[in-house]
Amino acid sequence: MTQEKVVIEEKVMMSENETRPAEAGTGPAADDYPAVRQPRHPGQWVAVVVIGLVVVQIAVSMVTNERFRWGIVFEWFHHERILHGLLNTLVLTVVSMLVGIVLGAVLAIMRESRNRVVAGLAWAYVWIFRGTPVFVQLLLWGSISALYPTIALSLPFLPPFLEFSANDVITPFIAAILGLGLNEAAYMAEIIRGGIRAVDPGQIEAARALGMGRASVLGRIVLPQAMRVIIPPTSNELIGMLKTSSMVAVLAYPDLLYSAQLIYTTNYQVIPLLLTASLWYLIVSSILSIGQYFVERRLSASDRRIARGGKTA
Amino acid sequence: MTASSSVMVSLRGISKSFHHDHVLRGVDLDVRRGRVCCLLGRSGAGKSTLLRCINMLETIDRGLIRVDGELMGHRFVGDSLHRLPERLLSKQRAELGMVFQRFNLFGHLTVLENIVTAPVRVRGESRQQAEARARDLLAHVGLAGREGYYPAQLSGGQQQRVAIARALAMRPKVMLFDEPTSALDPELVGEVLAVMRDLASEGMTMIVVTHEIGFARQVADQVAFMDDGRIVEQGPPAQVLGAPEHESTQAFLSKLVS
Repeated sequence: MTQEKVVIEEKVMMSENETRPAEAGTGPAADDYPAVRQPRHPGQWVAVVVIGLVVVQIAVSMVTNERFRWGIVFEWFHHERILHGLLNTLVLTVVSMLVGIVLGAVLAIMRESRNRVVAGLAWAYVWIFRGTPVFVQLLLWGSISALYPTIALSLPFLPPFLEFSANDVITPFIAAILGLGLNEAAYMAEIIRGGIRAVDPGQIEAARALGMGRASVLGRIVLPQAMRVIIPPTSNELIGMLKTSSMVAVLAYPDLLYSAQLIYTTNYQVIPLLLTASLWYLIVSSILSIGQYFVERRLSASDRRIARGGKTA
Repeated sequence: MTASSSVMVSLRGISKSFHHDHVLRGVDLDVRRGRVCCLLGRSGAGKSTLLRCINMLETIDRGLIRVDGELMGHRFVGDSLHRLPERLLSKQRAELGMVFQRFNLFGHLTVLENIVTAPVRVRGESRQQAEARARDLLAHVGLAGREGYYPAQLSGGQQQRVAIARALAMRPKVMLFDEPTSALDPELVGEVLAVMRDLASEGMTMIVVTHEIGFARQVADQVAFMDDGRIVEQGPPAQVLGAPEHESTQAFLSKLVS
């Protein structure tokens, strides 16, 4: 041990002895000890000033740069065509998510199957749909009639029972749902599978030992516990879907973005209409984020109750 | 009463292998009604696997398992056994209570819900009836008033006693205990063993995989010592624990004493 260390340790021991008075009241009063000053962070003030200048500069430019044309932004903000596009976007988001969740749940259960062909099929689905851009998938669904001019229900080598023209069946709306929903299913499958896997296998075994059937075990024991793991990333997916759905513009489906585009192709107010659409996306995603906050707060409150904390009895 | 009718659990020639590893090599065991059988042996001897085969949480390769005279898990088709469909397996499992080393309480459910779920879902009991019985059982295991707690709010010993109450709520013919005190802090072992002792004195048929030699000596009517997938020695505890004949039993017991 070095000389220096010994000296320091002696000092510590001495000061410990000093602070241990034999009787209360004989030692120094609490005020006599040096106060601890919290460290200052001068860098924070510099950052605040810099950020403040940048924000003000941008804000000023947004007001003074007339090319923003805020008047036009707000003139179209609640125009019927924009609101109709917004409604289409909301329908598309909800329906695609529902398709994604239901198909994702089926894929997740298939993935856990003991039958290797079934599990492999689910794996291949996720591999293909996660491995290619959703934009390309939308384009392919939009041009499906080039690949299969007619869609028929049939078995191999037998005449079909039902036959449709692809162009009649795969409308832009259906193509959009297929593109967004089937892609989402691949992501939801992984989320749901993660949730199911997070459930303690010992509890599943205990439920089986009590004589509970497969459906009871899934519904009463597995899903309620898997939901805590599944819900937070699913609300992220929902918010993501709201914005991803804007890609259906390539299918000429009049969602919020494409409605704005249709308007600016006639009046050439490109920037203001893109801002109109952006504001709506921002408003809806903010509302969804607030909902997500409350859902997650409820989940973590019940987690805390279950984990330790407040006695409910 | 004839000898065979008083046998509650009868195992004949139970064999099982995982891949090419023989875990059970032809196990025979009879446990009579109302008796307590302790399964002892080194870890890896096949005790837990044997227990889990009785309620068909594990499949077997050969052998016959009978509980109260009923063939478990299989039916005869000609000379060979066919595994029963899951629905019938569940029905048979409901007759056997099981207590696990790690309690395996349902984490998202309160103590009361843990106990009433199976009677309501599986037996179709009314909620009221199931809850009343759950309260009685909780009082019985010394946990009256804990109905609304979640498992994580209880100590290991309390959780294991809830797990026993949960198994008893199904009015099982036999209780299977898989190392019920091995995951507990030493000071909590006693409270769980006390509940098991009460249960034994009330005439429950029990098969207990355990390392608690003291419990086996005091409570068991019968001790079976397993080694390498076989029961190498069985009999009354005084005989097996007091004057073991087989060398692996002797080696096992001498290590415990030292």
